Amino acid sequence: MAHLLGHRNTALTEAGLFGRTGLIATLDPRMRIVMACLFAATVIALSSLTALTASLAVSVVLLALSRLPWRQTLRRMAMMDGFILFTLFLLPFSVPGDEIFTLWGFAASWQGLWKAIEIALTANAVILSLMVLVGSMEPVTLGHALLRLRCPEKLVHLLMFTVRYIDVLREEYLRLRAAMKVRGFRPGTNWHTYRSFGYLVGMMLVRAIERSERVLGAMKCRGFSGRIFLLQEFTLSPRDIVFAAGLSAVSSGLLILDLA
Amino acid sequence: MHIVDGALSNPVVIGGAIASVGGIALGLRALDLDRIPTAGMLSASFFVASLIHVPIGPSSVHLILNGLAGLMLGWAAFPALFVGLLLQAVFFGFGGLTVLGVNAVNIAFPAVLAGLLIRPMIGRGTAVSGAIWGGIGGALAIALTTFMVAISLASSGDAFVPAAKLVFVAHIPVMVIEALLTGFAVLLARKVKPDLFFQSALA
Repeated sequence: MAHLLGHRNTALTEAGLFGRTGLIATLDPRMRIVMACLFAATVIALSSLTALTASLAVSVVLLALSRLPWRQTLRRMAMMDGFILFTLFLLPFSVPGDEIFTLWGFAASWQGLWKAIEIALTANAVILSLMVLVGSMEPVTLGHALLRLRCPEKLVHLLMFTVRYIDVLREEYLRLRAAMKVRGFRPGTNWHTYRSFGYLVGMMLVRAIERSERVLGAMKCRGFSGRIFLLQEFTLSPRDIVFAAGLSAVSSGLLILDLA
Repeated sequence: MHIVDGALSNPVVIGGAIASVGGIALGLRALDLDRIPTAGMLSASFFVASLIHVPIGPSSVHLILNGLAGLMLGWAAFPALFVGLLLQAVFFGFGGLTVLGVNAVNIAFPAVLAGLLIRPMIGRGTAVSGAIWGGIGGALAIALTTFMVAISLASSGDAFVPAAKLVFVAHIPVMVIEALLTGFAVLLARKVKPDLFFQSALA
């Protein structure tokens, strides 16, 4: 159902994830979601740097098994790091402890530095395993798997609608931006820019609501009653069980390594 | 605004998860069948709007627009913003998995609050007064979100207090931008589709 997300150059399909045949892609989506949560819960419980480094290594091994594009996936992970770098940078200076060096009268401590590294390792290990295990599914499969895991039906509907229309609305946004551009709009720090962007957002919302009215009409015409009809049955195969058992064993191993 | 895995203490993570489940449940109850397409479509538009980079001085900020989401969706903003955060984490690697609850509460609760407090004012009076209330709602939601992010960090350990303060101060320009954009968006919506904020269908 990759066509639901449309063109290859748009955001959700940017990684070109779907339809790849790695080991992970052949496993049961429900099991992948559950295992991603379990692994995340394990990793945030770890505190020693050895165990955290090992967990990041586990995520990298999963990435290799999934045959996701290395560069793009790691680039995304690095983007998140750029996001949190600032908070992490402050930690050595705000945690009291043994001094490493002093910068403008502020002492950086080893304890703070370790804490920052600990957070960085945890965040990266969890987000990488999540992208590999869950992010490698088609969004529609994710919706169906969540429903099978007893997520509320309305929430799944909402998710599937959002997924379905992100690309449509993004194209509309790009069209509006192109229209602004041909009229000589160049964003800057001024009142005109803020007003134009405000109108742009307002216009997108008005159009989205009008579109949703048409969509609802079309759905009602086809007898929409709020039920989701699943297009695929998920079955747990022996391979799924082996994978789940393997990852659980690795997680327990990480916990033991952490205690040791 | 996203907090990542590993930064928060367990009580904060668990508390956030419980609060977000409650918020999602309340939001879904407010969402009947006929409103699902509208909520989904708006949820997707807010996802796209958050990709817009607005220049401010030498740098730029990306929009959050949770205030506007609250004004348009009311309680349904909670599940809608949660879905946005889930997709961001899973497909774009932004945020984290265990902190999803905390992030959802920090972003969606102010949205719902702005919706409950300010929404009634939006449809009243002239389009301009509606837009001014919209701007107030936009600023309020971001201010509260930033405050809640700061509180989540600070309550996870004293070491985060400087970071928490910095987060708050750094977001003051963002509040101004969000207020202006939300205001203008409401102004346009009032002019183009005057019945939008009167429709009980979206409350």
